[in-house]
Parts: sequence; C-alpha cells; structure tokens
Amino acid sequence: MPAIEVDGLKKKYGELQAVDGISFSVGEGEVFSLLGPNGAGKTTTIEILEGLRDRDEGTTQVLGMDPWKSGYELHKKIGVIPQGFKFLDYPTPREAIVYYGALFGRKVDPDELLRRVILDDAENIWFQNLSGGQKQKLGMALSLVNDPEVVFLDEPTTGLDPQARRAVWEVVRRLKGEGRTVMLTTHYLEEAEELADRVAIMNHGRIVAIGTTAEIESKFGTGQRMVVKGGQGLFAYLQENTKLDVRRDGETVTIVLRDKEDALVALGSIEESGAEWGDLTVKRDSLEDVFLKLVGEGGTAKGGE
Amino acid sequence: MTADLKVYGRSNLRSKEGFFFTLVFPIILILLFGAIFSSGGISQTKVYVQNLDVGPIGSSFVSALNSTSNYCSSNSTSGLCLRPVPSDQNFTQFLTSNSASDGVVIPANFSAAYQAGDKVNVTVYGNPTSTTSAVVSGIVAVIVNGFNVHGATGVHSVGITSKTAVSSSYKYIDFLVPGLIGFAALTSPMFALVNISSTYRRDKVFKLLSLTPLTKTEWLLAKIIWYIGTTVVSFFLMTLVGVYAFGAHITLNWGIGMFLVLGPFFFVSLGMLVGTVSNSPEAASVVGNLVTFPMMFLSGTFFPVASMPKYLQTVAHVLPLYYMIEGLNDVMIYKNFGPAYFDAGLLLIISAVVFALAVKFFRWRED
Ligand SMILES: Nc1ncnc2c1ncn2[C@@H]1O[C@H](COP(=O)(O)OP(=O)(O)OP(=O)(O)O)[C@@H](O)[C@H]1O
Ligand SMILES: [Mg+2]
Repeated sequence: MPAIEVDGLKKKYGELQAVDGISFSVGEGEVFSLLGPNGAGKTTTIEILEGLRDRDEGTTQVLGMDPWKSGYELHKKIGVIPQGFKFLDYPTPREAIVYYGALFGRKVDPDELLRRVILDDAENIWFQNLSGGQKQKLGMALSLVNDPEVVFLDEPTTGLDPQARRAVWEVVRRLKGEGRTVMLTTHYLEEAEELADRVAIMNHGRIVAIGTTAEIESKFGTGQRMVVKGGQGLFAYLQENTKLDVRRDGETVTIVLRDKEDALVALGSIEESGAEWGDLTVKRDSLEDVFLKLVGEGGTAKGGE
Repeated sequence: MTADLKVYGRSNLRSKEGFFFTLVFPIILILLFGAIFSSGGISQTKVYVQNLDVGPIGSSFVSALNSTSNYCSSNSTSGLCLRPVPSDQNFTQFLTSNSASDGVVIPANFSAAYQAGDKVNVTVYGNPTSTTSAVVSGIVAVIVNGFNVHGATGVHSVGITSKTAVSSSYKYIDFLVPGLIGFAALTSPMFALVNISSTYRRDKVFKLLSLTPLTKTEWLLAKIIWYIGTTVVSFFLMTLVGVYAFGAHITLNWGIGMFLVLGPFFFVSLGMLVGTVSNSPEAASVVGNLVTFPMMFLSGTFFPVASMPKYLQTVAHVLPLYYMIEGLNDVMIYKNFGPAYFDAGLLLIISAVVFALAVKFFRWRED
C-alpha cells in the first residue's frame, strides 16, 4: 500500500482553481518532491494531505486514512513543517521541543533532536530572537518529536544558508534511511535532484511532469547538445552542409545531438567550416531547463501570485 | 494540557506586556483610584423604617424621623435617607437582603400604648461599630425624648430597644477592590485572547497545534486555568493594598472563589469568541476594544453601579461583568450570599454558553 495516494484532487478558493485535478502516489519510504512556481498549488496540496484543509473533489489517502476525516488519528503518525514556520514567541527551542512532545504524550530527548537539526548552539534563545534559519531548524525538530511515519516538509530550506541547507538535506537523508516517507516542496531544483526519488512539477494547479529526475529530463528535455562559440558564418555553413539541427543565439551556436553520429559529424563540420570558433561544450537539459520550459520562462506561472 | 498551561504561563510572564497587564496594572489602578477617592467616600446612609402601627402616633413618629433626613434625592451622596419597609415584610431579612444595617421598627401597639401611657419600645437596628448607626440611634433617641415630654400622660412610656445588624458602612475603597478585581479578570484575558486568536491563526500556530492530539477545548481550558491563577494572585495583591493602604473592609470567604473562577472562565471564552470574528489581528483588536471598554466602565469597576444614572444602570444589567462585580460586592463586603449565588449561577450559565460557542466557532484548520 502506498503511503500517500491522491486521485483527482481539486481545490478552489473562490474563483481561483488552486489545485486542478491532480493524481499521484508516494510509496512507503520514498522521498517525493513537489516542484512548481509560486502559486502553483503546492502548499494547498500538502495541507490537504496533512488534514489541515478540506478538499473539494477527489480522494486522498495518507497511511490509508482520509486526512480530513481521520485527522486526529493521522496526526499522531505524521510530522509537518508548515511553510514559513512560526511558533510562540517566548519558548526556547529546548522548551518548544519538550512542550510539543508532551502534547503528543511523548517524552522526547531534546538534546538528541537539537543535535540532529544542528540547533544545539541556540537551544536557550527565545523563539522570537532566533534567526530565520534557526527557526526553520526548530520546525524540523518539532516535526520529528512524534517519531512520524510520514513527514511533510513545505519549503524546509527556504532562507537557509548553504551550510544549513546541507544540514537539512542530511536530516532528510537520515529520515529516508530510517524508512520514513518524506514529501517535500522546494523551489531549489538541485535540492529535489539531491534528495527526491521522484518529483512532480506543478503549474496552475496541475501536475505537468512526474517521475524520477532522469525520466523527466529525458522525456521533456532535448537530450544532448553541443554548444560552441561562433558567428553567422559557422551557423550558415552547418545549415547548408549538414543535416544537423542547428540553432543560433547571438554568438552561441547550438547543435542537437540525436546520436553519436551527430557528434562526429558536428565536430568535423565545425573544423571544415574554417570559421572562427571556440569554447566547445556538450550539455544536456538539466532539470532546471526542463522546469523552465514546462512552467514558462521567468518561472512564475500566469494566474499565480 | 498541563504542558500547554506551562508553556503559556511561562510565555505570559516573559512577555513584558502580559506581565504588566496581568499583575502590575491593576495595582497601579487601585493605588491611583484609592488615593483620589478614598477621602470622599460614599456615605449616604439608608435608614429602613417599618411602621407596624395603624394609629396616628406611629405616623407622626415617622414624620419626625423624616424631618431629619431630607437627603433622599438620587444625586445626593451623603446624609440620611429614609426607606419605608412594608409591614408584611420580615424586617431583619429585609435589611440583609438590601445589604443594610440601619433601621427603625415601630411596634404594632404603638399608638394605643402611647395614648394609654403604657411602656412601649421602638426598635433601632444598627452596627455598633459604625458611625452612621450611632447617628441614627442619636436621632431616634432625640425623637423618643420629644414624644415622652409631650406625651398625654406625662409618663415616659417610650423606650428604645437596640438590635445589632451586621453590615457596616462602606467607603469608596470597599467598592473599588471588587470592582478592580472584576477589571483585572476582564482586561488581561480579553486582550490576550483576542490577540492570540488572530495572531496564532496568522502565524499558523493553530495549525501546528491541530497536528497534535491537543484538542481545542483542552487548549482553551489551559488558558482559563492560567487566568484563574493570575486573577487569584491579583486578587490577593489588590486586597492587600486595599486593606493596608486604604483600610478597606473586606472579608475573605470561599464565596469570593466562585467569582475568581467564573470571571476568567467567562472572559477567556469571550475573548476567544471575539477573536474569531475577524481575520486580521488589527481588526480583532478593534472588535475586542468595542466589547471590552463599555463593559469596563459600566459594570461598576471604578464606580458603584448604584451611583450611576438610571439609564446606564439599565445598560449595566445586561453586562456579565456587572454580575461578577455585584456578586463580589455581596460576598466581600455585605456577606450577603443569596444574591451572590444568583449572580454566580447566572455567570456560570453565560460562561458555559460563550465557552461552547468559542470552541465551536474557532477553527484550528480551514476548509
Ligand atoms: N487561504 C487562501 N485563500 C485564498 N486563496 C488562497 C489561499 N491559499 C492559497 N491561495 C491561492 O491559491 C494559489 C495556490 O497557493 P499555494 O499556497 O498552494 O501555492 P504554492 O505552490 O505553495 O506557492 P509558493 O511556492 O509561493 O508557496 C495561490 O494563487 C494563492 O494565492
Ligand atoms: Mg507554498
């Protein structure tokens, strides 16, 4: 049985269709990442799965339960960091962890959790005085007090410095190592590539691509390309004398490599052209290229924020 | 729930505003108002008169008393004021239920005995330790004397029986202490809860709490328990200041406890309910003030409701805080438990309703 199962999920805010019929499932022990521009509907989706929001249509199951109807039972088994995590102003991280654990009827070891999220240096500072990254780390710690089977992390690394981000990654890897299911949203594509077994790219409330990063790259990407510095002369020569798919953008000429043959032909023809050339590289579409292609350049979806 | 109570309490003490409004502010108020008003005082004395006599002499005795007390107008705050008591009432009970101690009873056979020259006694009720009671007995003695001298038979037939009634005379500070306890029970939970209910929602703290097995009811109860605690503490502080700095007459008894529990119960629930009405903290605080301020001034916190104009008294009677302060007055000053139980019962019912509504309407999560 998958840990999370979503089928035909829809959610409207007034006239705005925030989630527009999405379906996916996340296996037990899998790390699944939702990507998408601002306003794509990631938080809405994740909150519905956490049982914090009701849905309009579709079915959702988390650990075999309906999150909205069986929230009380489900919440004992899941851990959550809301986007932009905030807490009461006055407890210190240590007190917050003990308190939140007590609400679950659990005696937690605050030291262990603080160390785990690398917050032991700030354990006695009031929440209101913590830095943004420290707050986020506390959120991470709180989401773990009840030893959850499924962890939902909504933008857990937004606003963190690179080192702290890597620390969070470490925590997520460890969660995976312990066999927990993790669903996370992020705006950092490299984060999804680093951590996620599978990703789904959302735009305008729809899933536009889903699968492993390699699958998405090969399905929506252009494959390998040879990129070389050269002018109109080079571009014209290649177009006239080869069957290669060639494009030019200013001083950059891009040749699509459909197979190995293309690469050899391209190299030979560039040399034969006698034109000025340099800086030759071979590239393939990264997840980022695919992402931008799928959600439109500029990254922000129309109808979003 | 205990965990929530602990964290909230600690936060409340760490936050400067919370600490100030909960414990320091009421003390400042009592010092301020006590200092301003303790010299004057509300000293209009009501004298309850029951004339059981059907003959002419009883009436003339009442007229004689009346001529000494022309201060019965509603805007006067000093002097004697005669209040007739119907002859079918039990006089002592009547005194108690009006929280009064001064009274005169003219016996049924007064005219007959007086005209026959037989011995007959007028009964004067009073508190031996109170100055107003002394004034009343003095006046009655003078009148009795007059009746004896001018009596038909020349025999000194009229005497005075003195009886002790419990209530004493009251000073402004006596009313101020219960009033300010009511004030403390109103303001700190109201302001805190109105603020919490909107900021917790904005900061998604409610969402975080809803992800735990803690229920809304438990969460709200923890807040109620905390504010019962702070109200009890401010009660003792204010009583100490009232008694030692201004010589307030206050008796400690368990009846007070009812109100120290019910007050915070009501106002925490009300604050939460008011906070759910609006989404932004700013709007919530406006609505909160709209509810809080009229209640604060019209319920007898700073001035006894009885000294307010009639139409404001009518308004006061629909404000729950009025019943808390009225009840506190009854138990702390008059030791008059009957009406206090009524007030407490009323408060309990309203509080339970508001609590239920607050739990129903405030949402951890959204749909
Ligand atoms: N409570 C709400 N009421 C009305 N509209 C909302 C509400 N919450 C979200 N929306 C709208 O729904 C859309 C999806 O929002 P959502 O928060 O799910 O996006 P997101 O993918 O998480 O974006 P981001 O990356 O910026 O966090 C947005 O256009 C947003 O303005
Ligand atoms: Mg979001």
